[in-house]
Amino acid sequence: MDTDKELESQIGQWRGFVERRHAISAADTDEMEDHLRDQISDLSAAGLRTDEAFLVAVKRMGNVDDISREFAREHSDRLWKQLVLMPSASDGDGTRPTRELFVVLGLAVGAALSVKAGVATLGEQDLARNVSLFVLPFLAGYFAWKRQVTARLAAVLLVPFALAAVLLNVFPFASNGSTEVIAAIHAPIALWFAVGLAYVGGQWRSDRRRMDFIRFTGEWVVYLTLLALGGGVLIGLTIGAFDALGLSVEWFIEDWVLPFGAAGAVIVAAWLVEAKQNVVENIAPVLTRVFTPLTTLMLLVLLTAFVTTGSVVDVDRNLLILMDLILVVVLGLLLYAISARDPYLPPDLFDRLQLVLVVSALAVDLLMLFAMLTRIAEFGFTPNKVAALGMNLVLLVNLTWSAHLILGFLRGRRGFSSTERWQTRYLPVFGVWAALMVGVLPPVFDFV
Amino acid sequence: MHIEKDLVAASATPLVLGILAEGESYGYAILKRVNDLSGGRIQWTDGMLYPLLHRLERLEYVSASWGASDSGRRRKHYTITAAGREMLAERRAQWDVVADALSQVWRSVQLPPASAEGWS
Repeated sequence: MDTDKELESQIGQWRGFVERRHAISAADTDEMEDHLRDQISDLSAAGLRTDEAFLVAVKRMGNVDDISREFAREHSDRLWKQLVLMPSASDGDGTRPTRELFVVLGLAVGAALSVKAGVATLGEQDLARNVSLFVLPFLAGYFAWKRQVTARLAAVLLVPFALAAVLLNVFPFASNGSTEVIAAIHAPIALWFAVGLAYVGGQWRSDRRRMDFIRFTGEWVVYLTLLALGGGVLIGLTIGAFDALGLSVEWFIEDWVLPFGAAGAVIVAAWLVEAKQNVVENIAPVLTRVFTPLTTLMLLVLLTAFVTTGSVVDVDRNLLILMDLILVVVLGLLLYAISARDPYLPPDLFDRLQLVLVVSALAVDLLMLFAMLTRIAEFGFTPNKVAALGMNLVLLVNLTWSAHLILGFLRGRRGFSSTERWQTRYLPVFGVWAALMVGVLPPVFDFV
Repeated sequence: MHIEKDLVAASATPLVLGILAEGESYGYAILKRVNDLSGGRIQWTDGMLYPLLHRLERLEYVSASWGASDSGRRRKHYTITAAGREMLAERRAQWDVVADALSQVWRSVQLPPASAEGWS
């Protein structure tokens, strides 16, 4: 009994070792495991002890690197196409992936239909405020289904969506007022964290799961962008072709294809990220390595331009908004880069670059804060200024401590995981801030 | 006896196709058969058989299907196809030519039996 158990665990270890090679598929491993077991039972029948038989069988199987290389030669495609959305019947039981596909398609169509219903019944401003409520519950629903959450968690998940729906529609927003715009911008961000709660399957305290959610968000953005690009090209070609035929299809594209495509893409992108989870690290490090230096350069050029153009007090209001957006993008890039880094590697050049990025972002942030405070001193508080000021402060705290931690890491005084932990611990602050902007800021400023 | 790598590689395809021409089989059984046929003197690295089988499958010399072993494990069975039989006949003709030429060489050159070991 004991030797059986030991053999099973040894075979399990061998299997794990083989499966780590991308070129060898799970079905190939099954095939070789069958071989290994036959060999072991023959050798045992010939008088070898089980553990000896295992060792001999593994030895005869040969060097896994060599076998993997042979497989790679035969299936070079496997090194590329690791994304298997619909495993064929021979690769395992095909029932679950098919069902998942139907669930995903059902949710995508549901999101699209609810957006379409919103477009048909609501005015432009009401729609803009509520659009995330038409799509994100379906995304949260997908993860709730995928993670098989408990009924209690499912009920908890409903709360933020219901609350947002009530607040966004009960508040007597002044028409075209700035609080309405602020609430409309922050509602999707706040609700994204509700999606996150579903994504982590309720384990919101776990740092690892939070980091997974950051990874997911980054990959989701990449996939959504790719889908949008592909969709845009397809739409352009379609319109062009119909134009050449003398038919105008723009109304159809605008009324049906765009809302359906956009809402569906949100769900489908999430599904794609889920399906290709084990290939996640393929694109993230590449993107962050390309864009970290470029973004740093952009920030430094902006800073120089700022300083040389003179007074920071009478800077354009639009410039402040743009700079805030840039800072948000920088933070996203930082989070994405941290999520793609192996925390056990020693510091390298890229970490230094990251420190430069964080420090230049800090400089921009401080400059923004200074400009904003002088404007507030001169013109008083407005909803926009409070929102921008608060966001800059939230970013300032994050960036300052990040810089401190990365510096400590570069000097070898602490591991990279402290930087990771800081970001995962800080994550809820963004959600809380966005929620405040939706629920508290409008009444404080009388919905102007 | 050690047999040179290139010779093993060259003979692997006709051996596997030939064994499958005797009837449907699977990886471990094919290796055992090779062992029997050579009296244990042809030693393959077991794992290398599978990439080879997959290549033959891609070239459509064999077709594969998943079945179950006696103990209920999943097992991949291979069957030779018509194209595989053609290829086997062709390989056989090639090997006949080589073997024929070689046997004439062996007859004309009298090698001391011991030095045959030193060849590989």
